[in-house]
Amino acid sequence: MSEPGAPILQVEHLTMRFGGLVAVGDLSFSAKRGEITAIIGPNGAGKTTVFNCITGFYKPTEGMILLRHPAHAEPFLLERMEDHQIGVRAGVARTFQNIRLFSGMTVLENLMVAQHQILNKASFFSLAGLLGLGRYKKAEAEAIDFASYWLEKLDLIDRADDAAGDLPYGGQRRLEIARAMCTRPVLLCLDEPAAGLNPRESAELNATLRWIRDEHQIAILLIEHDMGVVMGISDHIVVLDYGRKIADGSPESIRNDPAVIAAYLGVAEDEVELVEAEVGK
Amino acid sequence: MAERLLDAAEAKTQLPDVAEAIKEAGIAAFIALILFIAIVGIKTENAQGGLELIYRLGAAFALAASIGVVRLLFDLFVWRGFGRETLNRILPKGKRGTVVFALIIVAYLVGAIYFLIPGSRDAVAAGTSGLFADPDWQSRARIFISLSGLLFLTVFVVLSTMGIIMVVRRLLRGTASGKAATPTRTAASRPSTISEFGQQFAPALLVIAVILPVLVAGPQQRYALDTAIQILTYIMLGWGLNVVVGLAGLLDLGYVAFYAVGAYSYALIATELGWSFWVCLPLAGLFAAFWGILLGFPVLRLRGDYLAIVTLAFGEIVRVVLLNWYTLTNGPNGISRIPKLTFFGLSFERYGTENTFHGFFGLEYDAVYRIIFLYYVILVLALSVNFVSQRLRRLPIGRAWEALREDEIACRSLGINTVTTKLTAFAIGAMFGGFAGSFFAMRQGFISPESFTFQESALILAIVVLGGLGSQIGVAIAAVVLIGSSELFRDLEEFRMLIFGGAMVAIMVWKPRGLVGSRSPTVVLRERKIISGSLVKEGAG
Repeated sequence: MSEPGAPILQVEHLTMRFGGLVAVGDLSFSAKRGEITAIIGPNGAGKTTVFNCITGFYKPTEGMILLRHPAHAEPFLLERMEDHQIGVRAGVARTFQNIRLFSGMTVLENLMVAQHQILNKASFFSLAGLLGLGRYKKAEAEAIDFASYWLEKLDLIDRADDAAGDLPYGGQRRLEIARAMCTRPVLLCLDEPAAGLNPRESAELNATLRWIRDEHQIAILLIEHDMGVVMGISDHIVVLDYGRKIADGSPESIRNDPAVIAAYLGVAEDEVELVEAEVGK
Repeated sequence: MAERLLDAAEAKTQLPDVAEAIKEAGIAAFIALILFIAIVGIKTENAQGGLELIYRLGAAFALAASIGVVRLLFDLFVWRGFGRETLNRILPKGKRGTVVFALIIVAYLVGAIYFLIPGSRDAVAAGTSGLFADPDWQSRARIFISLSGLLFLTVFVVLSTMGIIMVVRRLLRGTASGKAATPTRTAASRPSTISEFGQQFAPALLVIAVILPVLVAGPQQRYALDTAIQILTYIMLGWGLNVVVGLAGLLDLGYVAFYAVGAYSYALIATELGWSFWVCLPLAGLFAAFWGILLGFPVLRLRGDYLAIVTLAFGEIVRVVLLNWYTLTNGPNGISRIPKLTFFGLSFERYGTENTFHGFFGLEYDAVYRIIFLYYVILVLALSVNFVSQRLRRLPIGRAWEALREDEIACRSLGINTVTTKLTAFAIGAMFGGFAGSFFAMRQGFISPESFTFQESALILAIVVLGGLGSQIGVAIAAVVLIGSSELFRDLEEFRMLIFGGAMVAIMVWKPRGLVGSRSPTVVLRERKIISGSLVKEGAG
């Protein structure tokens, strides 16, 4: 196991083009173990595209994505892996901007699906399970225990046997995080986890994320529009605008960065040149 | 004076009703006329040198007029105010339940007489057609009798189903109110009556299935068991397709291809190599699974309509190959003299005493022994298919299938290999189809590509969809209803399709998610709750 603070994810010169559109251009950043890294930027800045590249849904046009799994000596090159392998072998889990739960399955079943790989191996690709061997039963009991742990932590234990689609919105968001954590990741990518939450739920989410970071010592990568969440919990912020990185640093430095302010708020007509000179365009 | 005013007011409220009803009846008759002119009014007939058009406008007008009259009657007496008032006066609300109950009893009695006493139908038909000397009118009378029998049967089925549902509801309500601790169910997770019915009565149904040969003993035994064997074959096919369509959410319109592969595998191996059925059965399953994977590969990336079209084409390709590969399959002539199953080496032949079933057990020869044996074979096969697919559903692979149906992208993000998941679904479903196919070939003794048309795929899919995607008991009920009713209405010939269509439309209107739309969870932490069908997705593929 590597010590806290070691970079888990290292993105180098990542570029993603869709035809003539450069969604992400020459982006480099890293996410460290035991830290929450936030990616922010105005709408259309390419944040979700970065996520899709990291989780293998898109194959990047250029660049390299390195993931250092503590249990493996060699780093994984995510841009060369199939999406399902990124989830299993490299230990990257994600949630989605528009919630993607298995709504017709129960809350517990959702978490069991997330542990598919472990259970599938234990059931010897279903053969042992088909014969009802004890090995699989034991693995299943362990998986249920693990799921219950996360259900308790995310306050969903009372709804364990309800359909996921029956949960209120906030519950569905929490369940998505629990489901991602059940894959036992080293890097958790959250795509706007606070979207649609009320202030109280948002605050609870902050506490949960901090707890996951400290207790489980994993790297969390976060896309968020809610600045309350971002500034409150991030250890490190990367700001994107039009697919390019315009700032990278601690919340304090980002808050005062003129380029960021310009990107978010715009600048007065007569200040454009001044700001551009300062940003170095 | 005041009374008169009141009367006038009453007349005013009634008269527009009548005028409205007549107007609506006229419109209905007019629409019916347009339809009937096309459907009934013009008929093509084979004549020398081509087709000839025959006009039967009189019949079309008569049909349209009868539609108008029935509509008027409905308007006046069933849907409109004063008709209903009259009904209320004759039949007070409180007594209605008793009357419905009496009707159900009467329907049962008449139904029992009509269907269970052999020859009663023939007697009625013969009596009616005896009234006419003209053979043309005789056949018309026969069809009329059959159709009225059908109408009666529909009423009978509807009433008895209503009766059963009423009784079951009352029972359920009784048990629910009996337990004070029963938590109130939210509307979204209300279980369906049929699934609870199925769960409570599944052992009873199983017992009935096991003792069926005794239940139907008598002159009709052979026919009844033959029908039961056919139904069980379709139940098995339905359960197989249920894995692909119901669990994994992949719409497969070419399922009959695997049925054909299984049937031809057994037929060819058994006739060419002379291997036993019990050796060929797993082989046929493996071959079918192999073809399932072959079909699976090209369609991995397809979804929805595209998947349906490609699987449909696959089914046709297999049939066309069977039709044209003379050297292997003997083409449209099919394969005959496929070895029959023996009872642990004892054949069911009429002659010989040493190695025959009746000779060994010292019984009189009876062809029904073989049927009974086949019935148990297919029952065991179907039950084991059910057992395996129920088990699989609770295993990681089964959960992955259902997760794939719910959301493929989320599956991929969780590290589930969607390629192998889809391929295993195709393979397992195809394997079950292959088992059913080799049983079919063994039972028939003769197969040809004609048995494996798209019609069969559509029928199996209809069984799965009507039964409720993913539900085992629903599929079984749907197979009994669809195959059983098509047997029951055999003397209606092509009119059977009407019932078929009618049943499907009716179920899709009343229960758009099939007979059992709800889903039972595969793993439970504290309390098993049935998941409402409205939350369960059908899959995009």
